[in-house]
Amino acid sequence: MSEFLAVLSNYDLVGAYWLNIQLTFFAGLASLVIGTILALMRISPIPSLQFAGTTYVNLIRNTPLTIIVVFAALVLWPVLGVEFSTDFATNFFWLAVAALSVYHASFMCEALRSGVNTVPAGQAEAARAIGLPFLPAARLVILPQAFRGAIAPMGNTLIALIKNSTVAAAISVPEISILMKEMMENEGNYVIPIFLTVAVGFVIIVVPIGLAVTYLSQRLAVSR
Amino acid sequence: MADSSVTGVTADDDRGMPAHSGEPLVVLDSVNKHFGELHVLQDINLTVHRGEVVVVIGPSGSGKSTLCRAINRLEAIDDGSITLDGQALPEEGKALARLRADVGMVFQSFNLFAHKTILENVTLGPIKVKKMKTAKAKELAMGLLERVGVANQADKLPAQLSGGQQQRVAIARALAMQPKVILFDEPTSALDPEMVNEVLDVMVALAKDGMTMVVVTHEMGFARKAADRVVFMSDGQIVESADPDTFFDHPTSNRAKDFLGKILTH
Repeated sequence: MSEFLAVLSNYDLVGAYWLNIQLTFFAGLASLVIGTILALMRISPIPSLQFAGTTYVNLIRNTPLTIIVVFAALVLWPVLGVEFSTDFATNFFWLAVAALSVYHASFMCEALRSGVNTVPAGQAEAARAIGLPFLPAARLVILPQAFRGAIAPMGNTLIALIKNSTVAAAISVPEISILMKEMMENEGNYVIPIFLTVAVGFVIIVVPIGLAVTYLSQRLAVSR
Repeated sequence: MADSSVTGVTADDDRGMPAHSGEPLVVLDSVNKHFGELHVLQDINLTVHRGEVVVVIGPSGSGKSTLCRAINRLEAIDDGSITLDGQALPEEGKALARLRADVGMVFQSFNLFAHKTILENVTLGPIKVKKMKTAKAKELAMGLLERVGVANQADKLPAQLSGGQQQRVAIARALAMQPKVILFDEPTSALDPEMVNEVLDVMVALAKDGMTMVVVTHEMGFARKAADRVVFMSDGQIVESADPDTFFDHPTSNRAKDFLGKILTH
Protein backbone atom coordinates (compact mmCIF):
# COMPACT_ATOMS: atom_id res chain seq x y z
CA MET A 1 0.00 0.00 0.00
CA SER A 2 2.69 2.49 1.00
CA GLU A 3 4.63 1.51 -2.11
CA PHE A 4 1.58 2.33 -4.26
CA LEU A 5 1.16 5.66 -2.53
CA ALA A 6 4.82 6.38 -3.23
CA VAL A 7 4.17 5.61 -6.90
CA LEU A 8 1.11 7.90 -6.94
CA SER A 9 3.10 10.75 -5.45
CA ASN A 10 5.25 10.76 -8.60
CA TYR A 11 2.28 11.86 -10.69
CA ASP A 12 0.21 15.05 -10.62
CA LEU A 13 -3.23 13.50 -10.20
CA VAL A 14 -4.76 16.64 -8.73
CA GLY A 15 -3.44 18.75 -11.59
CA ALA A 16 -4.95 16.36 -14.14
CA TYR A 17 -8.33 16.32 -12.38
CA TRP A 18 -8.16 20.11 -12.20
CA LEU A 19 -7.98 20.17 -15.97
CA ASN A 20 -11.16 18.03 -16.17
CA ILE A 21 -12.87 20.41 -13.76
CA GLN A 22 -11.81 23.42 -15.82
CA LEU A 23 -13.03 21.77 -19.03
CA THR A 24 -16.33 21.04 -17.30
CA PHE A 25 -16.67 24.54 -15.86
CA PHE A 26 -16.15 26.43 -19.10
CA ALA A 27 -18.03 23.95 -21.29
CA GLY A 28 -20.85 23.84 -18.70
CA LEU A 29 -21.28 27.61 -18.80
CA ALA A 30 -21.05 27.82 -22.58
CA SER A 31 -23.41 24.91 -23.16
CA LEU A 32 -25.92 26.46 -20.75
CA VAL A 33 -25.86 29.71 -22.72
CA ILE A 34 -26.02 28.03 -26.14
CA GLY A 35 -28.64 25.55 -24.88
CA THR A 36 -30.83 28.39 -23.58
CA ILE A 37 -30.63 30.19 -26.93
CA LEU A 38 -31.49 26.93 -28.74
CA ALA A 39 -34.44 26.31 -26.42
CA LEU A 40 -35.70 29.86 -27.04
CA MET A 41 -35.45 29.24 -30.78
CA ARG A 42 -37.38 25.99 -30.47
CA ILE A 43 -40.23 27.52 -28.43
CA SER A 44 -40.34 30.77 -30.44
CA PRO A 45 -43.31 31.55 -32.71
CA ILE A 46 -40.99 31.94 -35.73
CA PRO A 47 -40.87 28.78 -37.90
CA SER A 48 -37.38 29.40 -39.37
CA LEU A 49 -35.89 29.74 -35.87
CA GLN A 50 -37.73 26.61 -34.72
CA PHE A 51 -36.33 24.75 -37.70
CA ALA A 52 -32.77 25.95 -37.07
CA GLY A 53 -32.94 24.97 -33.39
CA THR A 54 -34.42 21.56 -34.11
CA THR A 55 -31.85 20.88 -36.82
CA TYR A 56 -28.95 21.78 -34.53
CA VAL A 57 -30.20 19.53 -31.75
CA ASN A 58 -30.90 16.55 -33.98
CA LEU A 59 -27.59 16.89 -35.82
CA ILE A 60 -25.32 17.40 -32.81
CA ARG A 61 -27.09 15.13 -30.34
CA ASN A 62 -26.80 12.20 -32.73
CA THR A 63 -23.10 12.72 -33.51
CA PRO A 64 -20.52 10.92 -31.31
CA LEU A 65 -18.67 13.32 -29.01
CA THR A 66 -15.29 11.91 -30.05
CA ILE A 67 -16.03 12.85 -33.66
CA ILE A 68 -16.89 16.42 -32.65
CA VAL A 69 -13.75 16.75 -30.50
CA VAL A 70 -11.56 15.44 -33.31
CA PHE A 71 -13.37 17.74 -35.77
CA ALA A 72 -12.39 20.70 -33.56
CA ALA A 73 -8.73 19.69 -33.58
CA LEU A 74 -8.40 18.60 -37.22
CA VAL A 75 -10.89 20.82 -39.06
CA LEU A 76 -11.97 23.77 -36.91
CA TRP A 77 -8.41 24.84 -36.11
CA PRO A 78 -6.20 23.88 -39.08
CA VAL A 79 -8.77 24.15 -41.91
CA LEU A 80 -11.26 26.78 -40.71
CA GLY A 81 -8.59 28.74 -38.90
CA VAL A 82 -10.29 29.04 -35.50
CA GLU A 83 -7.41 29.64 -33.09
CA PHE A 84 -7.95 30.43 -29.41
CA SER A 85 -4.28 30.87 -28.53
CA THR A 86 -0.88 30.72 -30.18
CA ASP A 87 0.23 28.44 -27.34
CA PHE A 88 -0.35 24.90 -28.58
CA ALA A 89 -1.63 23.38 -25.30
CA THR A 90 -3.87 26.35 -24.48
CA ASN A 91 -5.32 26.28 -27.99
CA PHE A 92 -6.18 22.59 -27.70
CA PHE A 93 -7.71 23.10 -24.28
CA TRP A 94 -10.11 25.68 -25.72
CA LEU A 95 -10.79 23.61 -28.82
CA ALA A 96 -11.85 20.82 -26.45
CA VAL A 97 -14.03 23.28 -24.48
CA ALA A 98 -15.65 24.40 -27.75
CA ALA A 99 -16.39 20.83 -28.82
CA LEU A 100 -17.79 19.87 -25.39
CA SER A 101 -19.92 23.05 -25.35
CA VAL A 102 -21.39 22.51 -28.79
CA TYR A 103 -22.20 18.88 -27.99
CA HIS A 104 -23.72 19.37 -24.54
CA ALA A 105 -25.67 22.46 -25.62
CA SER A 106 -28.05 20.15 -27.49
CA PHE A 107 -28.69 18.21 -24.26
CA MET A 108 -29.00 21.41 -22.20
CA CYS A 109 -31.55 22.66 -24.75
CA GLU A 110 -33.66 19.54 -24.41
CA ALA A 111 -33.36 19.55 -20.60
CA LEU A 112 -34.58 23.15 -20.54
CA ARG A 113 -37.38 22.33 -22.94
CA SER A 114 -38.53 19.58 -20.59
CA GLY A 115 -38.57 22.33 -17.94
CA VAL A 116 -40.67 24.53 -20.23
CA ASN A 117 -43.18 21.69 -20.43
CA THR A 118 -43.59 21.81 -16.64
CA VAL A 119 -44.86 25.41 -16.96
CA PRO A 120 -48.64 25.43 -17.55
CA ALA A 121 -49.76 26.99 -20.85
CA GLY A 122 -51.82 29.52 -18.88
CA GLN A 123 -48.62 31.20 -17.63
CA ALA A 124 -47.61 32.09 -21.19
CA GLU A 125 -51.17 33.15 -22.04
CA ALA A 126 -51.31 35.43 -19.00
CA ALA A 127 -47.95 36.95 -19.97
CA ARG A 128 -49.16 37.59 -23.51
CA ALA A 129 -52.46 38.93 -22.22
CA ILE A 130 -50.77 41.75 -20.27
CA GLY A 131 -48.96 42.75 -23.47
CA LEU A 132 -45.54 41.12 -23.09
CA PRO A 133 -44.00 40.18 -26.47
CA PHE A 134 -42.33 36.76 -26.86
CA LEU A 135 -38.83 37.52 -25.52
CA PRO A 136 -39.87 39.45 -22.38
CA ALA A 137 -42.55 36.82 -21.68
CA ALA A 138 -39.91 34.10 -21.98
CA ARG A 139 -37.37 35.96 -19.87
CA LEU A 140 -39.71 37.15 -17.12
CA VAL A 141 -42.30 34.39 -16.88
CA ILE A 142 -41.50 31.16 -18.74
CA LEU A 143 -37.73 30.63 -18.31
CA PRO A 144 -37.51 31.41 -14.57
CA GLN A 145 -40.07 28.67 -13.95
CA ALA A 146 -38.65 26.37 -16.65
CA PHE A 147 -35.12 26.47 -15.16
CA ARG A 148 -36.49 25.45 -11.78
CA GLY A 149 -38.32 22.56 -13.38
CA ALA A 150 -35.23 21.59 -15.38
CA ILE A 151 -32.67 21.42 -12.57
CA ALA A 152 -32.69 17.62 -12.38
CA PRO A 153 -32.25 16.93 -16.14
CA MET A 154 -29.71 19.77 -16.40
CA GLY A 155 -27.82 18.27 -13.47
CA ASN A 156 -27.73 14.97 -15.33
CA THR A 157 -26.28 16.73 -18.35
CA LEU A 158 -23.65 18.37 -16.12
CA ILE A 159 -22.71 14.99 -14.63
CA ALA A 160 -22.42 13.51 -18.12
CA LEU A 161 -20.28 16.50 -19.09
CA ILE A 162 -17.83 15.93 -16.19
CA LYS A 163 -17.25 12.38 -17.33
CA ASN A 164 -17.27 13.27 -21.03
CA SER A 165 -14.48 15.79 -20.38
CA THR A 166 -12.14 12.77 -20.57
CA VAL A 167 -12.85 12.62 -24.31
CA ALA A 168 -10.53 15.63 -24.57
CA ALA A 169 -7.83 12.93 -24.34
CA ALA A 170 -8.61 12.21 -28.01
CA ILE A 171 -6.84 15.47 -28.89
CA SER A 172 -4.11 15.08 -26.25
CA VAL A 173 -5.38 17.53 -23.65
CA PRO A 174 -3.41 16.16 -20.66
CA GLU A 175 -6.41 15.47 -18.43
CA ILE A 176 -6.87 12.53 -16.08
CA SER A 177 -7.44 9.70 -18.56
CA ILE A 178 -4.22 10.58 -20.39
CA LEU A 179 -2.39 10.56 -17.07
CA MET A 180 -4.00 7.21 -16.20
CA LYS A 181 -2.80 5.69 -19.45
CA GLU A 182 0.70 7.03 -18.84
CA MET A 183 0.73 5.68 -15.26
CA MET A 184 -0.46 2.26 -16.37
CA GLU A 185 2.25 2.09 -19.02
CA ASN A 186 4.97 3.05 -16.54
CA GLU A 187 3.74 1.14 -13.46
CA GLY A 188 2.69 -2.24 -14.85
CA ASN A 189 2.40 -3.80 -11.36
CA TYR A 190 -0.28 -1.39 -10.25
CA VAL A 191 -2.73 -1.35 -13.17
CA ILE A 192 -5.79 -2.22 -11.11
CA PRO A 193 -5.06 0.13 -8.17
CA ILE A 194 -4.37 2.95 -10.63
CA PHE A 195 -7.64 2.30 -12.42
CA LEU A 196 -9.57 2.19 -9.13
CA THR A 197 -7.92 5.39 -7.89
CA VAL A 198 -8.93 7.31 -11.01
CA ALA A 199 -12.48 5.88 -10.93
CA VAL A 200 -12.93 6.75 -7.24
CA GLY A 201 -11.67 10.25 -7.98
CA PHE A 202 -14.60 10.75 -10.35
CA VAL A 203 -17.06 9.37 -7.82
CA ILE A 204 -15.75 11.89 -5.26
CA ILE A 205 -16.31 14.74 -7.74
CA VAL A 206 -19.68 13.61 -9.10
CA VAL A 207 -21.57 12.39 -6.00
CA PRO A 208 -21.70 15.80 -4.27
CA ILE A 209 -22.96 17.36 -7.50
CA GLY A 210 -25.71 14.75 -7.73
CA LEU A 211 -26.72 15.46 -4.12
CA ALA A 212 -26.68 19.22 -4.74
CA VAL A 213 -28.88 18.80 -7.82
CA THR A 214 -31.45 16.76 -5.90
CA TYR A 215 -31.45 19.28 -3.06
CA LEU A 216 -31.83 22.27 -5.39
CA SER A 217 -34.55 20.70 -7.53
CA GLN A 218 -36.64 20.16 -4.39
CA ARG A 219 -35.75 23.49 -2.80
CA LEU A 220 -36.46 25.62 -5.88
CA ALA A 221 -39.55 23.78 -7.14
CA VAL A 222 -42.33 26.25 -8.04
CA SER A 223 -45.35 25.70 -5.80
CA ARG A 224 -48.62 25.81 -7.71
CA MET B 1 -84.30 35.34 -7.65
CA ALA B 2 -87.20 37.69 -6.83
CA ASP B 3 -85.04 40.71 -6.06
CA SER B 4 -82.45 40.33 -8.78
CA SER B 5 -84.50 42.03 -11.47
CA VAL B 6 -84.83 45.01 -9.16
CA THR B 7 -81.05 45.11 -8.70
CA GLY B 8 -80.67 44.93 -12.47
CA VAL B 9 -82.69 48.09 -12.84
CA THR B 10 -80.60 49.79 -10.15
CA ALA B 11 -77.38 48.88 -11.95
CA ASP B 12 -78.72 50.50 -15.11
CA ASP B 13 -79.74 53.60 -13.22
CA ASP B 14 -76.28 53.91 -11.67
CA ARG B 15 -74.80 54.08 -15.08
CA GLY B 16 -76.83 57.18 -15.73
CA MET B 17 -77.46 56.42 -19.39
CA PRO B 18 -78.16 53.31 -21.42
CA ALA B 19 -74.73 51.77 -22.09
CA HIS B 20 -75.39 50.99 -25.72
CA SER B 21 -75.33 54.67 -26.49
CA GLY B 22 -71.56 54.54 -25.99
CA GLU B 23 -69.40 54.32 -29.10
CA PRO B 24 -68.49 50.85 -30.43
CA LEU B 25 -65.30 49.56 -28.73
CA VAL B 26 -65.02 45.91 -29.73
CA VAL B 27 -66.52 44.95 -33.08
CA LEU B 28 -66.60 41.39 -34.40
CA ASP B 29 -67.67 41.19 -38.02
CA SER B 30 -68.51 37.84 -39.68
CA VAL B 31 -65.96 35.97 -37.57
CA ASN B 32 -65.39 32.29 -38.36
CA LYS B 33 -63.15 29.80 -36.61
CA HIS B 34 -62.67 26.07 -36.99
CA PHE B 35 -61.03 23.54 -34.69
CA GLY B 36 -60.39 20.87 -37.30
CA GLU B 37 -63.82 19.71 -38.41
CA LEU B 38 -65.61 21.64 -35.69
CA HIS B 39 -66.97 25.02 -36.82
CA VAL B 40 -66.64 26.60 -33.39
CA LEU B 41 -67.46 30.22 -34.33
CA GLN B 42 -70.01 30.60 -37.12
CA ASP B 43 -70.36 34.01 -38.71
CA ILE B 44 -70.25 35.88 -35.40
CA ASN B 45 -71.30 39.55 -35.40
CA LEU B 46 -71.03 41.31 -32.07
CA THR B 47 -70.49 44.91 -31.05
CA VAL B 48 -69.50 45.82 -27.51
CA HIS B 49 -69.93 49.52 -26.74
CA ARG B 50 -67.80 51.56 -24.40
CA GLY B 51 -69.00 51.09 -20.83
CA GLU B 52 -71.15 48.11 -21.73
CA VAL B 53 -71.21 44.84 -19.80
CA VAL B 54 -71.90 41.92 -22.13
CA VAL B 55 -72.46 38.55 -20.52
CA VAL B 56 -72.03 35.53 -22.79
CA ILE B 57 -73.83 32.39 -21.71
CA GLY B 58 -74.55 29.05 -23.32
CA PRO B 59 -73.96 25.33 -22.99
CA SER B 60 -70.46 23.79 -22.88
CA GLY B 61 -68.81 23.67 -26.29
CA SER B 62 -70.96 26.45 -27.68
CA GLY B 63 -67.88 28.54 -28.53
CA LYS B 64 -68.26 31.22 -25.86
CA SER B 65 -64.73 30.83 -24.42
CA THR B 66 -63.27 30.78 -27.93
CA LEU B 67 -65.17 33.99 -28.70
CA CYS B 68 -63.72 35.59 -25.58
CA ARG B 69 -60.17 34.43 -26.36
CA ALA B 70 -60.43 35.56 -29.98
CA ILE B 71 -60.90 39.18 -28.89
CA ASN B 72 -57.25 39.43 -27.75
CA ARG B 73 -56.08 36.88 -30.29
CA LEU B 74 -55.17 34.11 -27.87
CA GLU B 75 -57.13 32.22 -30.53
CA ALA B 76 -56.50 33.26 -34.12
CA ILE B 77 -59.63 33.47 -36.30
CA ASP B 78 -59.99 31.95 -39.78
CA ASP B 79 -61.84 34.86 -41.41
CA GLY B 80 -63.90 37.90 -40.60
CA SER B 81 -62.52 40.87 -38.69
CA ILE B 82 -62.17 42.00 -35.10
CA THR B 83 -61.48 45.64 -34.32
CA LEU B 84 -60.68 47.26 -31.01
CA ASP B 85 -61.37 50.96 -30.71
CA GLY B 86 -61.49 51.19 -34.50
CA GLN B 87 -58.16 49.39 -34.96
CA ALA B 88 -57.98 45.96 -36.58
CA LEU B 89 -56.37 43.21 -34.53
CA PRO B 90 -52.76 42.87 -35.76
CA GLU B 91 -51.10 39.56 -36.60
CA GLU B 92 -48.28 38.41 -34.27
CA GLY B 93 -45.51 40.71 -33.10
CA LYS B 94 -45.06 43.99 -31.25
CA ALA B 95 -48.27 45.59 -32.55
CA LEU B 96 -50.32 42.71 -31.20
CA ALA B 97 -48.54 42.92 -27.84
CA ARG B 98 -49.38 46.64 -27.67
CA LEU B 99 -53.02 45.93 -28.40
CA ARG B 100 -53.17 43.19 -25.79
CA ALA B 101 -51.92 45.68 -23.20
CA ASP B 102 -55.25 47.50 -23.74
CA VAL B 103 -57.34 44.36 -23.27
CA GLY B 104 -57.42 42.87 -19.79
CA MET B 105 -57.98 39.15 -19.43
CA VAL B 106 -59.12 37.12 -16.44
CA PHE B 107 -58.82 33.36 -16.85
CA GLN B 108 -60.77 30.46 -15.39
CA SER B 109 -57.60 29.05 -13.82
CA PHE B 110 -56.33 32.47 -12.56
CA ASN B 111 -52.89 32.00 -14.20
CA LEU B 112 -51.05 34.20 -11.71
CA PHE B 113 -47.29 34.07 -12.30
CA ALA B 114 -46.42 31.24 -9.92
CA HIS B 115 -42.84 32.37 -9.16
CA LYS B 116 -43.72 35.98 -8.40
CA THR B 117 -45.32 37.54 -5.34
CA ILE B 118 -48.84 38.96 -5.46
CA LEU B 119 -47.47 42.49 -5.67
CA GLU B 120 -45.01 41.54 -8.45
CA ASN B 121 -47.84 39.89 -10.37
CA VAL B 122 -49.67 43.20 -10.46
CA THR B 123 -46.63 45.46 -11.09
CA LEU B 124 -45.03 43.34 -13.85
CA GLY B 125 -47.21 44.69 -16.66
CA PRO B 126 -47.04 48.38 -15.68
CA ILE B 127 -43.23 48.20 -15.20
CA LYS B 128 -42.25 46.05 -18.18
CA VAL B 129 -44.93 46.95 -20.73
CA LYS B 130 -45.88 50.51 -19.77
CA LYS B 131 -42.36 51.39 -18.51
CA MET B 132 -43.81 52.84 -15.31
CA LYS B 133 -41.39 53.69 -12.47
CA THR B 134 -41.21 50.87 -9.90
CA ALA B 135 -42.34 53.04 -6.99
CA LYS B 136 -45.30 54.37 -8.93
CA ALA B 137 -46.28 50.88 -10.11
CA LYS B 138 -46.16 49.59 -6.53
CA GLU B 139 -48.38 52.43 -5.39
CA LEU B 140 -50.85 51.69 -8.18
CA ALA B 141 -50.75 47.96 -7.43
CA MET B 142 -51.30 48.40 -3.70
CA GLY B 143 -54.27 50.64 -4.43
CA LEU B 144 -55.79 48.00 -6.71
CA LEU B 145 -55.07 45.16 -4.25
CA GLU B 146 -56.77 47.28 -1.60
CA ARG B 147 -59.75 47.71 -3.93
CA VAL B 148 -60.13 43.93 -4.44
CA GLY B 149 -59.50 43.27 -0.75
CA VAL B 150 -56.19 41.36 -0.78
CA ALA B 151 -53.68 44.11 0.04
CA ASN B 152 -52.63 42.23 3.18
CA GLN B 153 -51.42 39.31 1.02
CA ALA B 154 -49.11 41.43 -1.17
CA ASP B 155 -45.86 39.65 -0.27
CA LYS B 156 -47.14 36.08 -0.54
CA LEU B 157 -46.83 33.73 -3.49
CA PRO B 158 -50.00 32.83 -5.45
CA ALA B 159 -50.01 29.23 -4.19
CA GLN B 160 -50.41 30.54 -0.61
CA LEU B 161 -53.74 32.21 -1.44
CA SER B 162 -57.23 30.75 -1.77
CA GLY B 163 -58.77 30.48 -5.23
CA GLY B 164 -61.05 33.43 -4.60
CA GLN B 165 -58.15 35.59 -3.47
CA GLN B 166 -56.06 34.52 -6.47
CA GLN B 167 -58.84 35.44 -8.86
CA ARG B 168 -59.24 38.86 -7.24
CA VAL B 169 -55.48 39.40 -7.67
CA ALA B 170 -55.89 38.40 -11.33
CA ILE B 171 -58.55 41.10 -11.69
CA ALA B 172 -56.19 43.62 -10.05
CA ARG B 173 -53.43 42.52 -12.46
CA ALA B 174 -55.74 43.18 -15.41
CA LEU B 175 -56.84 46.56 -14.00
CA ALA B 176 -53.21 47.65 -13.48
CA MET B 177 -52.83 47.94 -17.25
CA GLN B 178 -55.74 50.42 -17.31
CA PRO B 179 -57.36 48.43 -20.12
CA LYS B 180 -60.13 49.66 -22.39
CA VAL B 181 -62.01 46.40 -21.90
CA ILE B 182 -61.62 43.35 -19.65
CA LEU B 183 -62.44 39.85 -20.85
CA PHE B 184 -63.54 37.32 -18.22
CA ASP B 185 -63.33 33.69 -19.32
CA GLU B 186 -65.45 31.75 -16.81
CA PRO B 187 -63.83 33.55 -13.88
CA THR B 188 -65.70 31.64 -11.18
CA SER B 189 -65.90 28.16 -12.70
CA ALA B 190 -62.76 26.86 -10.94
CA LEU B 191 -63.73 28.26 -7.54
CA ASP B 192 -65.13 26.56 -4.49
CA PRO B 193 -68.78 27.65 -4.09
CA GLU B 194 -68.15 29.76 -1.00
CA MET B 195 -65.59 31.86 -2.90
CA VAL B 196 -67.71 32.65 -5.94
CA ASN B 197 -69.42 35.67 -4.42
CA GLU B 198 -66.25 37.46 -3.31
CA VAL B 199 -65.15 37.46 -6.96
CA LEU B 200 -68.56 38.37 -8.36
CA ASP B 201 -68.80 41.28 -5.90
CA VAL B 202 -65.59 42.74 -7.31
CA MET B 203 -66.93 42.28 -10.84
CA VAL B 204 -70.25 43.92 -10.03
CA ALA B 205 -68.38 46.88 -8.54
CA LEU B 206 -66.31 47.14 -11.73
CA ALA B 207 -69.43 47.08 -13.86
CA LYS B 208 -70.95 49.88 -11.78
CA ASP B 209 -67.77 51.92 -12.25
CA GLY B 210 -68.42 51.81 -15.99
CA MET B 211 -65.71 49.32 -17.03
CA THR B 212 -66.35 47.72 -20.42
CA MET B 213 -66.60 43.99 -19.79
CA VAL B 214 -67.15 40.81 -21.77
CA VAL B 215 -67.98 38.04 -19.31
CA VAL B 216 -68.32 34.37 -20.16
CA THR B 217 -70.03 32.78 -17.19
CA HIS B 218 -72.55 30.33 -15.85
CA GLU B 219 -73.53 32.72 -13.05
CA MET B 220 -77.06 33.73 -14.03
CA GLY B 221 -77.41 35.87 -10.89
CA PHE B 222 -74.46 37.97 -12.05
CA ALA B 223 -75.95 38.25 -15.54
CA ARG B 224 -79.22 39.54 -14.13
CA LYS B 225 -77.53 41.93 -11.76
CA ALA B 226 -74.71 43.45 -13.80
CA ALA B 227 -75.26 42.78 -17.49
CA ASP B 228 -76.43 45.43 -19.94
CA ARG B 229 -76.87 42.69 -22.49
CA VAL B 230 -76.94 38.92 -22.42
CA VAL B 231 -75.64 37.07 -25.45
CA PHE B 232 -76.74 33.45 -25.73
CA MET B 233 -74.51 31.16 -27.77
CA SER B 234 -75.21 27.64 -28.94
CA ASP B 235 -73.29 25.46 -31.43
CA GLY B 236 -70.96 28.26 -32.43
CA GLN B 237 -73.70 30.79 -33.18
CA ILE B 238 -75.14 33.77 -31.37
CA VAL B 239 -78.75 32.69 -30.99
CA GLU B 240 -80.09 35.55 -28.89
CA SER B 241 -78.94 38.93 -27.71
CA ALA B 242 -81.12 40.92 -25.36
CA ASP B 243 -81.16 42.83 -22.08
CA PRO B 244 -81.15 40.46 -19.09
CA ASP B 245 -84.79 40.87 -18.08
CA THR B 246 -86.06 40.24 -21.59
CA PHE B 247 -83.73 37.29 -22.07
CA PHE B 248 -84.41 35.52 -18.79
CA ASP B 249 -88.15 36.24 -18.64
CA HIS B 250 -89.07 36.06 -22.33
CA PRO B 251 -86.49 34.03 -24.28
CA THR B 252 -87.60 33.73 -27.90
CA SER B 253 -85.61 30.79 -29.28
CA ASN B 254 -86.22 27.17 -28.39
CA ARG B 255 -82.55 26.58 -27.68
CA ALA B 256 -82.48 29.41 -25.12
CA LYS B 257 -85.74 28.21 -23.53
CA ASP B 258 -84.35 24.69 -23.33
CA PHE B 259 -81.05 25.92 -21.81
CA LEU B 260 -82.75 28.15 -19.24
CA GLY B 261 -85.19 25.38 -18.41
CA LYS B 262 -82.29 23.11 -17.53
CA ILE B 263 -80.39 25.56 -15.33
CA LEU B 264 -83.13 27.56 -13.64
CA THR B 265 -85.28 24.71 -12.28
CA HIS B 266 -83.31 24.40 -9.02
